[in-house]
Amino acid sequence: MRLRGRRVVGGRAVGEALVSVDPFSFYGGVNPETGVVTEPGHAVEGECITGKVFVFPTGKGSTVGSYVIYRMKKLGTAPAAIINVETEAIIVTGCVLAEIPLIDKLEGDPLETLKTGTLLKVNADEGFIETANS
Amino acid sequence: MLEGDEGPAVAKSMELLLALGEVFGAEKLVPVESAHISGVSYKNLSEAGLEFLEEQAGLGAHARVTATLNPAGMDLERWRDMGVPEAFAEKQLRIIGAFKRIGVEPTCTCTPYLVGHIPRPGDQVAWAESSAVAYSNSVLGAKTNRESGPTTLASAVTGRAALYGYRLEENRLPGEVVEVETELHTRLDYSALGFLTGKLLGPTVPYFKWIKSPDLESLKALGAACATSGGIALYHIEGVTPESRHIPTEALRRLERISIEGVDLAETKSRLSSEVEDPVFCLGCPHCSLGELREVAGLLRRKRLRRRFWVFTSRGVYGEADGLGYVAAIERAGGRVFRDTCMVVAPLREMGWRSVATNSCKAAHYASSMGFGTRLGTAAELVREAVQ
Repeated sequence: MRLRGRRVVGGRAVGEALVSVDPFSFYGGVNPETGVVTEPGHAVEGECITGKVFVFPTGKGSTVGSYVIYRMKKLGTAPAAIINVETEAIIVTGCVLAEIPLIDKLEGDPLETLKTGTLLKVNADEGFIETANS
Repeated sequence: MLEGDEGPAVAKSMELLLALGEVFGAEKLVPVESAHISGVSYKNLSEAGLEFLEEQAGLGAHARVTATLNPAGMDLERWRDMGVPEAFAEKQLRIIGAFKRIGVEPTCTCTPYLVGHIPRPGDQVAWAESSAVAYSNSVLGAKTNRESGPTTLASAVTGRAALYGYRLEENRLPGEVVEVETELHTRLDYSALGFLTGKLLGPTVPYFKWIKSPDLESLKALGAACATSGGIALYHIEGVTPESRHIPTEALRRLERISIEGVDLAETKSRLSSEVEDPVFCLGCPHCSLGELREVAGLLRRKRLRRRFWVFTSRGVYGEADGLGYVAAIERAGGRVFRDTCMVVAPLREMGWRSVATNSCKAAHYASSMGFGTRLGTAAELVREAVQ
């Protein structure tokens, strides 16, 4: 399966999908040293986002979240790529600083079509993703 | 600049501004006259921000337009008097050092427009700090979006910003009319009006009617509260703010209207206020102007404070107030005047605070969301209470 979307920050990555139906704040929402989501009651609380293709609706919370994405990249705990339904400034800024591929506005609803655990190939340079077995 | 001919820091900044421009549908980047940079307190930035800033400084990032700095987590000299832990202070001073190497003026204030950083009407600027954004757009008539720490730094380093949002005339028109059906007597009234407006309307452009000749401090309080509760970046006041004169009556007639009465303001204040035990009394959110320091000094004449009573202002305004004797007057009564910081960005928990009394709905909102007991009162009421 191949889905087209909008390239926001270029790059390529492969990783397991982690799909959250809740918006996400990197500031206070995740432990940057372990990559584990800490926000109480969050859809993916307790999951580790390190190395994953992290799929969530959009960013939320403090703009300091951008720096947290950058720090996670340096610590080796960042996601491999991010897919948003529709992205916003905090996530864009963090992905540019950390050089993490970012795509949004995929065909269809990625929160429905993408399943946690599926292996995904992200080609943000050309603005599409593929499930690895297609 | 994007190709790296001006160094890696400039290339990264351009990449960031272009990516944001694409997301928000900007046609191009435009030059900006100045930047005001947020994300300064170590309490918010943590290691993540500190590392980033030191790395940028190391890569040779340098501001090419006037760039000022938002408050830090402590008075940069008298942090021991504030009870700020040594470990925090060490990190905070490293952050300020990185900004200085980048060529940013360490003004450490949320009111850059009170210390000489005053854009002209129509200027494109890149400002963060929601209260300063509201003031710059609404009162000064300059143009900025609600920027973040990294984007304002990128604008400082490149002298550019993406052209979208409040940089475009068509997005600066009012979205809803607010009929203010009550007299506004105190700064706290303005703060409550802003807070309620933001809560009711969210991120639109309110057009206030019937507000009579507010002073600078009232406009500062109004905008800060609007931005806190509603993400409002721009407001107009009929006959007062510069752009209000150019809005066609026809455009206003089509808008939805809400009306706000005295009882609504009273309710807004009481919702942000509770009975608290032994609070620290705080003024200066946003930072006190010279006029406010004069008023506080006047209120404290021949008084003796029995509670902790702290006033926050910028280093620039402090210098003037010191020369006029206001600082000495406040401290003689037992109060303290601190610079470079405020109750929103200082590490209150580590400083041993449990509760706060303030005249600012913005400060009350943040204090209570950080788990502190919070009481609201006018400056005069707070003084009356703190001397008992």
